[in-house]
Amino acid sequence: MKLVYFAWVRERIGIAEEEIDLPGDVATVGDLLGWLAARGEGYAQALQHRNAIRVAINQEHVSRDAPLAGAREVALFPPITGG
Amino acid sequence: MPASIVPTVRIQEADFDVAAEIARLSAGAPDVGAVVTFTGLCRSEDGSLDALELEHYPGMAEAEIGRIAEEALERWPLAGLPVIHRHGSIAPGGNIVLVVAASRHRQAAFDAAGFLMDFLKTRAPFWKKEHRADGGQGGWVDAREADDEATARWR
Repeated sequence: MKLVYFAWVRERIGIAEEEIDLPGDVATVGDLLGWLAARGEGYAQALQHRNAIRVAINQEHVSRDAPLAGAREVALFPPITGG
Repeated sequence: MPASIVPTVRIQEADFDVAAEIARLSAGAPDVGAVVTFTGLCRSEDGSLDALELEHYPGMAEAEIGRIAEEALERWPLAGLPVIHRHGSIAPGGNIVLVVAASRHRQAAFDAAGFLMDFLKTRAPFWKKEHRADGGQGGWVDAREADDEATARWR
């Protein structure tokens, strides 16, 4: 599965994207955020205010209980500030 | 109005020409009686801002604005609803976003342009970073609660 990061999430984690193999018990978006937060300092910092993070699966917005099954690309980013 | 209007979404670094976009919509469309445009510009924040840097999620930015435009086209009888959003570095006074809504009568055009912008502001994956004129530490712009409230009024 490909993970992509944007704006301050990208800056704190220190990379724009990566390929990962998830452990079997990481089933939902909420599980993924918890698992990522334990991967290192940058991840912990990016996910410190976890409720602020928005997530998209295959380029569509999803909620925390969305399943990761079938996800090719999962994006983590801050609340949107375009327009 | 033909039901087959497809959303036109352009995500680009280059500037756009508002008059040219209006002309493109009204040319050969004699039943267009109303064209509403919204242009979002970069503010100087009282001279403190040197530039805004706009980051976006390529692919999803186009897809998400396309989904919002599809919904607008279902809700209002429109002859066209092109949307342009720029990315990269934009100086104060520069264009950021353009929505053009064309219809037979004004209300549909006004409403569709407002609807599209309200959802774009809260759902289209773009992020602004400020670069300060005094060289000081800028930073990522915070999302505004007022934008969420503006989106909620359409539900």
